[in-house]
Amino acid sequence: MKFSFTGDKPIYVQIAQQLEDAVFTGIYSEETQIPSTTELSVSLQINPATVLKGMNILVDDGIIYKKRGLGMFVCTGAVEKIRQKRQRRFYTDFISPLLSEADKLGINENEIISLIKRGDNNEH
Amino acid sequence: MSIEIKRVSKSFGKTKALNDVLLEIKENKIYGLLGRNGAGKSTLLKIINNRIYATDGYVYIDGLDSVENDKAQKDVFLMNDENTYPSNMTVSEMLKWTESFYPDADADKGLKLAEKFSLDTKKRFGSLSTGYRSIAKFIAAIASNAKYTFLDEPVLGLDAGHRELVYKIILEEYSDAPRTFVIATHIIEEVSALLENVIIVEKGKILENDSVDNLLSKGYCVSGDEYTVNEFIKDKNVISTEKVGSVKVAYILENKVTGSMQNLDVSALSLQKLFVKLTEERGE
Repeated sequence: MKFSFTGDKPIYVQIAQQLEDAVFTGIYSEETQIPSTTELSVSLQINPATVLKGMNILVDDGIIYKKRGLGMFVCTGAVEKIRQKRQRRFYTDFISPLLSEADKLGINENEIISLIKRGDNNEH
Repeated sequence: MSIEIKRVSKSFGKTKALNDVLLEIKENKIYGLLGRNGAGKSTLLKIINNRIYATDGYVYIDGLDSVENDKAQKDVFLMNDENTYPSNMTVSEMLKWTESFYPDADADKGLKLAEKFSLDTKKRFGSLSTGYRSIAKFIAAIASNAKYTFLDEPVLGLDAGHRELVYKIILEEYSDAPRTFVIATHIIEEVSALLENVIIVEKGKILENDSVDNLLSKGYCVSGDEYTVNEFIKDKNVISTEKVGSVKVAYILENKVTGSMQNLDVSALSLQKLFVKLTEERGE
């Protein structure tokens, strides 16, 4: 998987998000091992404490768990959990910024809907 | 266990390089030591490592007085721009020499690291280029296995590939066997993700000593039209402002308030930006 970091969020938050994304898209499937803190730390050149802090977010969310002496593994049901979380956040993460940009540009509701339909048709 | 710096001052003639410095450096952490040119970073490191004496105050290394004390000094290693090695000494002799001062040193580890940098260990230290002198000194610092390893500008004169290798080796060493690294550098952007804590020195005083996360969560930047920005910042801890046309930008250091930020653009600060804003002179 590919990691890249930007300056607008703490790095540990970005690590959590990108690992979560890798689980969601099936790069790490359920009940398989994810890279160790050391592997991620050395290859991404990030302090291990920061990597661990990011992983702990996912442990708290029930996405990964620690197998004693072995490392971190993806929980059973993790993909479904992430799907539900992202569905709950779909409005705030995507719709709300879309509406505020449309408002600035003077694009009304009907125009937004027809734009969404157009995109939908292009995909199929 | 830690290094405690208690009310240390250092004067050079009439110049006060360090002024009543109080600082604790904890074990098993990677620190960044940041400061503008002449802020006092190198002086502080030399005092801890018994290369020069403080005018006032004490340094305790795990509870032991640091001055002329072999028991305390075996746990600290300083790599800096001073050439403490005889110039006719070969790199492999340098590593053996380090073993005689540092009981936990591992010259073989040093030889393996030299290979990674394609450094010929049969070469004499004095015949090396600036970059390779830095590399040889860095390798000796890593191979010393000192509990507190101080690296003053470790990547001076190194190309981008070798700089990345230096950072990678620090993290590998730290992951294998945790120890404290204190990295003094001006290349902040490159090392910021490596650091857990950061110490900022300004005019001989400690300005900040905090975790990078804490420091960055406190710093942010707002921009917008001048009136709105002025209203927003009047009760805030503003470290710097600038004007671009009719847009005003303010850099703030305190926990972010949630709520009314209408018509303001809020963005996070990088460690480098925060450092520059904290230490900039007026009129700069």
